[in-house]
Amino acid sequence: MTILANILIVFFISVGVLFIVVTAIGLIRFPDLYTRAHAASKSATLGVMCILIGVFLYFWLIEGHFNPRILLGVLFLFITGPVGGHIMSRSSYIAGIKPWKGTVKDDLGPEIERMKKEQGIK
Amino acid sequence: MKTNDMIIQFTAKIVFFIIFFFAIHIFLAGHYTPGGGFVGGLLASSAIVLLVLAFDIKTVRTVIPVNYTTLIGIGLLLALATAAFPMFKGDPFFTHYFDYFTLPLIGKTSLHTAMLFDTGVFLVVVGVTMTIIQTIGEDE
Repeated sequence: MTILANILIVFFISVGVLFIVVTAIGLIRFPDLYTRAHAASKSATLGVMCILIGVFLYFWLIEGHFNPRILLGVLFLFITGPVGGHIMSRSSYIAGIKPWKGTVKDDLGPEIERMKKEQGIK
Repeated sequence: MKTNDMIIQFTAKIVFFIIFFFAIHIFLAGHYTPGGGFVGGLLASSAIVLLVLAFDIKTVRTVIPVNYTTLIGIGLLLALATAAFPMFKGDPFFTHYFDYFTLPLIGKTSLHTAMLFDTGVFLVVVGVTMTIIQTIGEDE
């Protein structure tokens, strides 16, 4: 039982660390803000959630202490991480940061123009 | 420019309750585990700040109709009353009392007057933080 629990804990924590390393590589390698935001908000959230689940399992299965606060943290990160990425990339688009030059599809641009025209800006 | 803020507003509505209940948990757990009035108050005020960020100050003021300056007064008064109460019984200033009670649903609990003092700290921290943020945010 202890071996099984240890395998589970090691699996979750290593997957989490792997995803965070992937996030860091993505932040360095990707060309513009939007692809970087995509890398950072998705895989970093998943990585931290996996590490938290590993910690939760360690305290539950090995130490015998059920800690619901960690589960609440997982839920909180799951809700707020992607929303934070969304808000940051949206505000940088409105602030006028151009996407990578290889981008072929831009649906938000015409929509922003329409909103500006409706509210009489410019 | 005014844009559509639906995602952040809906998230703020849900996350507000998570943070607020966690603040109350931290506040109640302060006697035996890390936490207490100060951290709980900061967490509660950060939940209100999240609402202020997602909506605006006027909306939040109608949803939570609390005068934060009065809240500071109530908190200080509560702390002072808890500290001064033993003097009327002939004990030194700031003596705390505790006893075990059997409450319905919860069972045997130890109730301590330090809790009342902590409530005062909680209210003062919420009041001070929200007063600072509202005063800066309203400055036009």
